[in-house]
Amino acid sequence: MKNVSVSFTLNGDIVTAEVPPNWTLLKTLREYFELTGSKEGCGVGECGACTVIIDGDAINSCIYPILEVEGKSVTTIEGVASEDGTLHPLQKAFLENNGVQCGFCTSGMIMSSKALLDHNPDPTEDEIRASIAGNLCRCTGYVQIVESIEKAAEMIKEGK
Amino acid sequence: MSDLLYVGKNIPRTIEVDKVTGRAIYIDDLKRPGMLYGKILYSNYAHARIKMINTSKAEKLPGVRAVLTGSNIPDVRVGFLKDQTVLKKDIVRQFRDEVAAVAAISEEIAEEALDLIEVEYEELPAVFDPIEAMKEGATLVHEVDARGKPIKSNIIPMPWKFKAGDIEQGRKDSAYMVKDNLSTTWVNQCCMGTSGCVAEFDMNNNLTLYNQTNVPFLDKQRIMEHFAAIGLKGKNVRVVNVVVGGSFGTKLDTDIYEFICIQLALKTRKPVKILFTREEEFRALPPRQPARFTIEQGCDKEGRLTFRKAEAILDNGAYTSWGVTTPSVMMMPMSSLYRVTNVSFESTCVYTNNIYCQAMRGYGNPQATFAVETSMDRLAEKAGIDPAEFRLINCNQSGDVTPMRLKITSCGLEECINSVKKRLNWSEKKRKQKSRGVGMASLIHVAGGARVYLSDGHGMMIKVDQNGHIDVLESGTDQGQGSPTVISQIVAESLGFRPEDISLTLGDTGLCLWDAGTHASRHTFMAGNAAIRVCEKAKKQILEMAVEQMPKLIKNGFKRKKRKDPDFVEPDLDYSLISSPEKLDIKNRMVFPTTAPDHPYFKVEVSQILRSGLHVGIGESKVVVAEAFYDPPTEMLDREMKGNLSLTYAFGTTGVEVEVDEKTGKVKILNLFAAHDVGKAINPTLVKGQIYGAAYIGAGYALTEEIKLEKGRVMNPNFRDYKMLTARDAVPVEPIVIEPGDKDGPYGAKGIGEPGLVPTAPAIANAVYDAIGIRIRDLPITPEKVLAALKEKKQQQ
Repeated sequence: MKNVSVSFTLNGDIVTAEVPPNWTLLKTLREYFELTGSKEGCGVGECGACTVIIDGDAINSCIYPILEVEGKSVTTIEGVASEDGTLHPLQKAFLENNGVQCGFCTSGMIMSSKALLDHNPDPTEDEIRASIAGNLCRCTGYVQIVESIEKAAEMIKEGK
Repeated sequence: MSDLLYVGKNIPRTIEVDKVTGRAIYIDDLKRPGMLYGKILYSNYAHARIKMINTSKAEKLPGVRAVLTGSNIPDVRVGFLKDQTVLKKDIVRQFRDEVAAVAAISEEIAEEALDLIEVEYEELPAVFDPIEAMKEGATLVHEVDARGKPIKSNIIPMPWKFKAGDIEQGRKDSAYMVKDNLSTTWVNQCCMGTSGCVAEFDMNNNLTLYNQTNVPFLDKQRIMEHFAAIGLKGKNVRVVNVVVGGSFGTKLDTDIYEFICIQLALKTRKPVKILFTREEEFRALPPRQPARFTIEQGCDKEGRLTFRKAEAILDNGAYTSWGVTTPSVMMMPMSSLYRVTNVSFESTCVYTNNIYCQAMRGYGNPQATFAVETSMDRLAEKAGIDPAEFRLINCNQSGDVTPMRLKITSCGLEECINSVKKRLNWSEKKRKQKSRGVGMASLIHVAGGARVYLSDGHGMMIKVDQNGHIDVLESGTDQGQGSPTVISQIVAESLGFRPEDISLTLGDTGLCLWDAGTHASRHTFMAGNAAIRVCEKAKKQILEMAVEQMPKLIKNGFKRKKRKDPDFVEPDLDYSLISSPEKLDIKNRMVFPTTAPDHPYFKVEVSQILRSGLHVGIGESKVVVAEAFYDPPTEMLDREMKGNLSLTYAFGTTGVEVEVDEKTGKVKILNLFAAHDVGKAINPTLVKGQIYGAAYIGAGYALTEEIKLEKGRVMNPNFRDYKMLTARDAVPVEPIVIEPGDKDGPYGAKGIGEPGLVPTAPAIANAVYDAIGIRIRDLPITPEKVLAALKEKKQQQ
């Protein structure tokens, strides 16, 4: 299969990928750009471990065709911390409140909740739970993930 | 212990910052130069004879580097009872049977090659029900045993029998008795990271296996034994853990895909990775052992238990992994949850053509506790005693020795029951609400190691470099529980350093000392105890160095001051304050005399001492390095299945309030209080994390989760049809952490990895009964079962 060329914004940089047209965004991220933070937990859009943000929305990258990404803006877990390494409040909050255990779902959890907080800086618990309803986690029972997102929202409001 | 700096504190998991930045390397992410991708072809039948396998088309596919079948690899048996081969060449006995494997330069090519392999089968009669399989004349799953002797029955010759006291006497002493049949089904561990490994040989045929095991040394041992059988005797195996995306029991055995990966690497002389898809994870990974119980109990007029008799039948599936040993753990709640002297427990494990089973969080305990705690509720009702009161009457207490000879050194069960009762508002709610109900269940579990092997030891090494940075090397593994944080807290506390001074290397048999494995809720207890001991040794070395170096450092400081300020007069100091290691201590990296902790001159930052001690000269320079091996004074179970296999035991009680929608049959959990005697919480936030997560899996076990098998085939191998609870289910778990302290635990801690799961399902089942008067005896309690039972109840009325 002949490669196609797809240009888009990835974590703030304009990039071009030369990949087979049947590749997904997840495969392109992991194989072409070697950004392995986004995970494949199921490959069919049921677990959310591959979640990235495309033009502001949380999306399962494992079922998102690479051809659809042309001209769009993609943020992955690797683009969440500042360039100087300062962690995003969500990342800090997940570490402080045990929102991360095995960590396999964490990238997706952070991306889903970042998409939420970017739109809605003051979400209710129900809104938080709805935003991560497509992100499965086997370790935490979700309680400390929800707490982490609530704490991150507070930190953002307080400008931390 | 009130002046602890790090133990008991909510230290963040900063040591795992890679997990929140996408940098942590899981097996999915690991690439080795020249690495190939392995894929496995599974059986199309539950039981069939393989007539022919043709791999020629697959071999010719460009990019394929190896195609293996049972005919071109050594015909060697593997597994717990050595009842299977790596690839099956004559007969397949379950749908997950591995019949061929491919290594190729990409996953896609490997998959394409699988499609090109032709296999012809001749279907054989199969047996899927363990009761049917036990009958005389049933289809045999295996024809011969590991030694080649003909097998006459599907019953596995591993009977678990436990007897204490006198059941008949117990019956005579009973005023009330109950008898029940109950069952639990297959559930998948559902690790978010799927299974996988990378196998790589060097040119001397030594193997490095990057994998996710939680028993690195046992894994190494099994592979070394396999090596001896395949002509690689004496070759080394190094097992290296990557970051693990959850375990929950799946990483206890060395799975068949690992042996296949090793064979592919050996054949191709290249590193080979096998990584499961989610579908494979459901179809080809051994799930939790299902069980059917018959349980009888009796009590006297005062409500004291008089006897407990239980029998279990286990559907082993086609081969044997750790599932067959789950009765060893079932025995614990059967014999020792609540005080009962007359006990009998017997289990039979039966081969069928279903998927075979292994361990899952709690081992056999959730299954057996479902039986015991359902029976407790029924007996309480029959005796006319409130179920909470009934449990308190029979409550275990510190100082008890149970019929299994478990020595209960510390027991917070009474407090757990009472606090759950209080939080649930039990007395006001029990039997008083329509469609709403409350229920409870308790647990006992090992919490101070588990002597399953002759060594239940844990080895730990520690080195402190000249900058005061600490490397801890231990062969425990972290599957998400947060051990790097917890162990760094214990090391920092014990050695007088800070958690941020510490790096951990976990799960590497090449670098670390023996550990029996991160299973049985043992890691914090064992590694914590090893850490205290290793820190004692390292601290002694540092303080001995301090005695030599401190006067020198202090005097050099004075000299420097004098050079800057000629008027400076060296103070007259009493150097005897720092003249021996016993007189010194370390806290927050500062070395100081214990009799004068705020001495203006005798307080030296530890790295100054370490650097000075390193740079003395030939024969005098020193480095700080220590090791400790902690093996607790416990017993293996004897022939009667008795013995104190753990140094301490965990207790806990879960109390639940549910609402049952009588129109839809749906059970909603309104409150879930999980009270646990954890001894001492080293990190309360992380302890709660264990309880939250375990209770959630327990709630899924109770209400939604089941692998649907139809004639041996998994019908729901995906998250759409296999119902794990999501964030939207919002089970309101509230942990109640009880900390009486345990004399043998590190800083008083007990294990808490598994306990939270164990009593959840029976507590929910008991609450459902309180709500609608219906007892669902077969997990999970699905809306369909609730509706059917409600309908039947109405018809009877």
